Amino acid sequence: MVATNKDPVLAVFSLSGGNDFMNTVIPYTNPLYRDYRPTLAVAEDQVVPINDELAFHPAMASLKKYWDEGKLAIILGVGYPHPSLSHFRSMDIWATCEPDELGLIGWLGSVLQEIDPKAENVLTGVNFGRGLPRSMAKDGVPVASVGDLSSYGLLTDIEETGQRDQALDLFGRMYSPVLGRGIVNDYIRRTGLEAMAGADILGTAPGKYSSTVEYGNSAVGGYLKDMVQVHNAGFGTRVLFTTAPYNIFDTHANQAVGHSNLLMDISTNIDCFMADLREQHISDNVMLFFYSEFGRRAMDNGSGTDHGTGGVAFALGEHVKGGIYGEYPSLELGKLEDGGNLQHNVDFRSAYSTILERWMGMDAKPIVGGTYDQLDFL
Amino acid sequence: MADREIALMAHLLRRAGFGASRDEVEARVAQGYDNVVEELLNVGDGPGIDEDLMYRAYPAYFDKVAIETGQTEWVYRMINNRYQLQEKMSLFWHTIFCSGDNKVDNARTTAIQIDKFREQGMGNFQDLILMLSKDPAMLYYLDNIESHKTAVNENYGRELLELFSMGVGKDGELNYTEDDVKACARAFTGWNLAPTIPVFPYGRTPFEFRYDPADHDHEDKTFLGETGPWNGEDIIDIICKQPATARFIARKMYDFFVADEPPVPSWRQSQPRDLAAINTLEKAYFDSGYEIKAMLKALFTSDFFKSDSVHYAKVKSPAEVVIGTLRMVGHHTAPQPGLFFVAMEPKYMGMDLLNPPTVEGWHTGAEWINSGTLIDRINFAAGLLGDTGLPGVKSIIGRLMDRSDSIPPEEFVDGCLDLTGPLTIAEETRSELVAHVQAGGELRHATDSERENFSQRTGEMLQFIATTSEFQFA
Repeated sequence: MVATNKDPVLAVFSLSGGNDFMNTVIPYTNPLYRDYRPTLAVAEDQVVPINDELAFHPAMASLKKYWDEGKLAIILGVGYPHPSLSHFRSMDIWATCEPDELGLIGWLGSVLQEIDPKAENVLTGVNFGRGLPRSMAKDGVPVASVGDLSSYGLLTDIEETGQRDQALDLFGRMYSPVLGRGIVNDYIRRTGLEAMAGADILGTAPGKYSSTVEYGNSAVGGYLKDMVQVHNAGFGTRVLFTTAPYNIFDTHANQAVGHSNLLMDISTNIDCFMADLREQHISDNVMLFFYSEFGRRAMDNGSGTDHGTGGVAFALGEHVKGGIYGEYPSLELGKLEDGGNLQHNVDFRSAYSTILERWMGMDAKPIVGGTYDQLDFL
Repeated sequence: MADREIALMAHLLRRAGFGASRDEVEARVAQGYDNVVEELLNVGDGPGIDEDLMYRAYPAYFDKVAIETGQTEWVYRMINNRYQLQEKMSLFWHTIFCSGDNKVDNARTTAIQIDKFREQGMGNFQDLILMLSKDPAMLYYLDNIESHKTAVNENYGRELLELFSMGVGKDGELNYTEDDVKACARAFTGWNLAPTIPVFPYGRTPFEFRYDPADHDHEDKTFLGETGPWNGEDIIDIICKQPATARFIARKMYDFFVADEPPVPSWRQSQPRDLAAINTLEKAYFDSGYEIKAMLKALFTSDFFKSDSVHYAKVKSPAEVVIGTLRMVGHHTAPQPGLFFVAMEPKYMGMDLLNPPTVEGWHTGAEWINSGTLIDRINFAAGLLGDTGLPGVKSIIGRLMDRSDSIPPEEFVDGCLDLTGPLTIAEETRSELVAHVQAGGELRHATDSERENFSQRTGEMLQFIATTSEFQFA
């Protein structure tokens, strides 16, 4: 297990919609790449090479320095057997580690329960975005979902601060225990007080933070900045999760421009995330894992790419051993899966197991549902 | 108009629909309770909304390529369908006959299933379950397309019995055996989809049902004690005449419309909360020859439904929180921007419409509430009820002003509770609200600035009411 100064923190970022592996880590010297991508191949003089065969998409140039520092691991050809080409099903599989049946327990939900079995800290796990992501779902595990940290909490429509404080004060009194209203009502009142406590604590995070880093003006930029603020505030949060909204990586059409903008958005903001952690001197115990539920078709469709299988995931952090893990799937026609998809050669549960065992210091087997080869990026 | 009549009508409209503004509640009281029940049960010809207007404003609803489109259209219909029970019944069947788009991955096919619930949801149960057994989203979701004469897949056959019609057991007994499951699954072999059209490049095309006699097991089967070369229709015929089926639908209906029942897996051992009520519904089922409408009529006109003890006895589902609040304040009653964001709210509160978490559906009652969803529920309702520009809120302000030139704090709080329900809250909570109003000074509305102050404080009071634990109940 990796030794960190403080308890290890896992940040997970889902590039939902199916990120195009082949135009993220580009096999720029492989002639088949250009054959398959008459519309979408990135010119050889524009890519950002990381070795003699592979290059980053030019929009990812800001992450190249972490590669050069040896802090960025790239997991090539990641997936799982009998892949589903449905976004939602595939996301659920990544979230629950249950490829054959509909699972309800998120892998990070299990991680949170392991860390805080009695749910004593309502902020052990925090999601950035709306709703509860399946990855964090588990009965009895509280997860705060923060759409926007600067306005998170109860009664956020009341803009005037004094008035809102007064309203929250009243809310606290209204929710104090009363007799004879029934067990469900009691439960709701208890939950209301818990929610208010969590919101109160989270609300102090922006006051503890100041930074020179300027994040991009996008949802992803906001979420990653909020992650750093929550980590910085020292609430004991051990799992941070966010998702690129609205399946935005689903680039069936006009991919040349669209995908480039998406990679630019996530790369510059991940760069900001890392730079910010370093500025605050809190980067030592954070690892960011980012992935997508599948890659896309090897051949472009004249405008974009359709759903595929094997994809790419990344791990970034001070203790990450940078490098290439797994192999780039063969582009040869005979070695593509049905309909022209890249074959996976690393199971995503291998990546999870590595993170759980070597970073979080936990037994991975019950969480991912089996024993998988570990990778050496930690 | 008597307070009791108002309370009863508001209760009926919250349960048989998604609630109503106070103006509508009063108009309905004038109509008479039984007449309103008849109107709810008897859906007229044609749609209950102006579909031309809707499709002109939202052309994407016509060909739903994304699940979000199907969700948004349904939310629009739930707000605006004048046949409110039609939408409530669509939701009822959707919470039982679950097919999730995360697996079907064909939003149009999934949404068409809801359209069928809308059309047939108050019809005959036998017709409904036959429709369901041929529904492409269901055939795909529960793997009946993988069930063949030579290799039976039991998924649909099992869930049809366990979750859609009979339930595992009642009165301590098992309702069927594993052999019955196998026979049931064999009878539905060959119930499949026509070859599907590839998704790209033209987008998704709805799946279609096709029966393949060559892939059907024509041999004899013994199902619930009856032996013959049963096909799916015969199985459904046998299912529908079982007392277990009447019990199952009756309990589901009671749970959805009257008061929260314990979760389904415990039904074999646990007695219904109100056995006499269940027996009334079971009788309506058999007397009418499996007519859902007859069961609903028995339910809505019964004493057990009208009883004060079941008013606000159910935790609102996220759909009820969202649609109910929108209807109370009169928002999105015609196409306007922002509907998409409103329609995503049930998902944030844990009810991703068209995409239930499993075939078992959503866990309801207190399980809707956790610290994350409670914040969303409160903020959503408080945000709308505090918006003094919305028609329903304006109407409440007007009604309060009409009462007197200066309204005392207690009467003001009680008035607000009455007009948002009528809702009864814990005395301790009420005292806090009264004290808050007292501290804010006298409530008058003679001058412009007094009126401004009055409106603003009414909006604030409605927000507080939206935060109460009692507001979480329907």
